[in-house]
Amino acid sequence: MQARRVGRDGLLVECASVTEVAGAYAALRAREADLRAIDIVPAARTVLLDGLADRDAALELVVALTPARVDGPAPDGAEVEVPVRYDGPDLEEVARQWQVTSAEVTRIHRETEYVVAFCGFAPGFAYCTGLPAHLGVQRRQDPRPRVPAGAVALAGEFTSVYPSSSPGGWQLIGSTALPVWRPEADPPALLAPGTRVRFVDA
Amino acid sequence: MREAHAGWLEVLDPGALTTVQDLGRPGWAHLGVPRSGALDQPALRLANRLVGNPEGAACLETTLTGAVLRSGATTTLAVTGAGCGVRVDGRPASWGAAVPVPAGAEVRVGPALDGVRSYVALAGGIDIAPVLGSRSSDVLSGLGPGPVALGDRLPLGRPGRASYGIEAVPVPRGDRLRIVLGPRADWFTAAALAGLDGASYEVAADSNRIGLRLTGLPIERERVEVPEELPSEGMVLGAVQVPPSGQPVVFLHDHPTTGGYPVVGVLVDEDLPVCAQARPGDRLTLRVVG
Repeated sequence: MQARRVGRDGLLVECASVTEVAGAYAALRAREADLRAIDIVPAARTVLLDGLADRDAALELVVALTPARVDGPAPDGAEVEVPVRYDGPDLEEVARQWQVTSAEVTRIHRETEYVVAFCGFAPGFAYCTGLPAHLGVQRRQDPRPRVPAGAVALAGEFTSVYPSSSPGGWQLIGSTALPVWRPEADPPALLAPGTRVRFVDA
Repeated sequence: MREAHAGWLEVLDPGALTTVQDLGRPGWAHLGVPRSGALDQPALRLANRLVGNPEGAACLETTLTGAVLRSGATTTLAVTGAGCGVRVDGRPASWGAAVPVPAGAEVRVGPALDGVRSYVALAGGIDIAPVLGSRSSDVLSGLGPGPVALGDRLPLGRPGRASYGIEAVPVPRGDRLRIVLGPRADWFTAAALAGLDGASYEVAADSNRIGLRLTGLPIERERVEVPEELPSEGMVLGAVQVPPSGQPVVFLHDHPTTGGYPVVGVLVDEDLPVCAQARPGDRLTLRVVG
């Protein structure tokens, strides 16, 4: 794989797709002891290696990774079931965007297998991939000043669960009572990158 | 119940913004957790050394206006970072030195005379419960304690070894920000990149612990015709992010873990304290070093 230099001790590994990010992240985590990075941060098309003890050695390791080796099936991470009440205020809006009924929206959301590609926006906010490309969702024109913790939401190619209450522009289709962010717990985030996720009826 | 703490520090006036800070919580960025921690880390480490603490013990970070505190027990204190007057029960005390504080004494950390952020270390450190390995207050994500407020009583840990009998010497911080180009320098015009070295920027008033906002010559993008932004990618401390306005923002310790604007370059770690102490209206000069 290819990487760009970031500052004096970082690398930005480039991926062709979010699926490739999931594979590359799993492969890089598996080599954590050799990479000696302070942070390994997956995102939409990249994996950042920050605070490398030996960047030249890390770059050699990255270059030796081939996309074919990382773009395989979903990583065999932990699996989490999220019980959902599909009672979100934007269910009708998503149905309109997908041109299906709201019952069909909830069926598709439940039957899709997701993998957490990366976290961002807020601690424990997981970008779960798995929806087919044609089911992209436009964000709300006017973001809500406050979205409650546990809101189950869609935006772009992703679904997520709001880990704590915050402003937000995602379309809300339901809610869960399952806490996905507990800073005092180990691990603090239930939906860490690489985790496989299924949404089920509460 | 066992008395676990060696004493308390009471907040009589928190000033504009005073937060608890240590060396932050690196290592959790993959979960969306900002690094946080003291913006001027050499100053935090020095304050801790002066009072005999481990370098990463939790201190108070003040912002421009200082703070007024009262110690519940006899202790030792040191103030570093931005220069300021220090008074213990009304009597002038040394900045940058271990100062004995009698039980019940009022400690006045004055407004910053140079720089922005002063660091107040107490022997034993501030001993609140850590969150993900750090006691730092993160103003972006809300992790850790909120900013200290009037009437707060902060527990102090047990002092370790005796404090050092040394004094800090104020060092000129300079006005130069050294930048290593990349990872997205290719988003900008050759002229913009050539103009970066030596470019002078003014520090904007809306700078904070998340980012230092600079105003000056816009850093122009090559690919203005491309409508889509960069897909979100991991951001590092010191990243110089350029939004469509072309006015750069330097990411400081409470920065978001990912961002969607291209990063033209990354500051060298040694110049982060310059950002921590740059006042609105100050002029800083970029120097391209790689």
